[in-house]
Amino acid sequence: MRHIAHLRIGPAAFRIGSHWRAPIAALEDLYRDYPKPEIPDFNVHLFAARPWRRYLRPAVHIGGDFTIPDAAPLPLAQGLLAAEMGMNLQMALAQRRYLLLHASAVERDGKAVLMTGISGAGKSTLAALLMARGWRLMGDEFVLIDPRTGAAHAFPRLISLKNQAIAVAQAAHPQGRFGPLLAGTPKGDIRHLVPDARAIAAMAEPASPSLILFPRFGFDTAERPVLPSEAFVRLTQASTNYVHLAEPGFDALTRLVQSVPARAIDYPDTEVGIALVEALA
Amino acid sequence: MGREMTVLYRAAAPETLRIVPLDALTLIYHRASGITHVVDAPVPELLEALTPAPQTLDQLLAALTERYDLLDADPAALAIRLDELVQAGLVERL
Repeated sequence: MRHIAHLRIGPAAFRIGSHWRAPIAALEDLYRDYPKPEIPDFNVHLFAARPWRRYLRPAVHIGGDFTIPDAAPLPLAQGLLAAEMGMNLQMALAQRRYLLLHASAVERDGKAVLMTGISGAGKSTLAALLMARGWRLMGDEFVLIDPRTGAAHAFPRLISLKNQAIAVAQAAHPQGRFGPLLAGTPKGDIRHLVPDARAIAAMAEPASPSLILFPRFGFDTAERPVLPSEAFVRLTQASTNYVHLAEPGFDALTRLVQSVPARAIDYPDTEVGIALVEALA
Repeated sequence: MGREMTVLYRAAAPETLRIVPLDALTLIYHRASGITHVVDAPVPELLEALTPAPQTLDQLLAALTERYDLLDADPAALAIRLDELVQAGLVERL
């Protein structure tokens, strides 16, 4: 691999190798304030399946320590997305030190609010807007639960904004650093927002989970408590490595749902969503 | 039928199970398989009644009837439920 980037996000150190310069240049720009570790935990490869495909209609395949066979490649113009997907993939499949929850998280006064839900629930948007309101962003995609302590660890990768969320986040972060607009990806238009300086500076600091939220965007305003058993089942579904962690994963998750209240919130627009989160937190 | 009456059931060894009651539901982590079961009543009650001494179906039914005021004690339904637990490895058939 000719082009290589090293970067650390929270506790995870990545080495990203690429056949092309452009995705690495984008990473080096957007992650310029992140630490550059010597020894990676996870390797990501962005490669051409055939040598000529480096140049002719270049198609970026995503590989690394773990791969998904038959995953469709992305056009080179979406190379940054391929790199991000590659890092997510390594975390999702190879992370063993932490219970990995597909959730966004923000922190205030050492207390973390975890927000989990299906794609489109508004995890990233809520996290981006809460960051603009003085919360420390811990991550918009994964939160890592330490089975030994129960603490939440941050994974503040670039915030992945999709479609309408792009303009909403731009309005909230007029000074924010945004990546290029990636139009026509499998998930629609995507634009990345660089977490603010505080999120990057504090990314090694864990926080105590204090609230688990299951947000849903696009519904009339509603709110209800979620019983520990329902939270447990939904969080096993939101975890990519619960089964692999075996008993430590069971311990971490039972402890989390027994000690942290959970609520489901429905919100019709982001203003209501933010107000709900801040009222409950 | 005569053979069925002599079958003994026993809960899997306590050290192989992690049982965590949450609310209406109970979590059971089965160490031998690594599988987490989310169960409703009467599964925790059955496991408790089958620990530590093995029981026949009739003995179990009698114990449950006495302890939980069962009004519709149905041996066939209980046998089916026990077979499910045997399949899951949470109960042993001796």
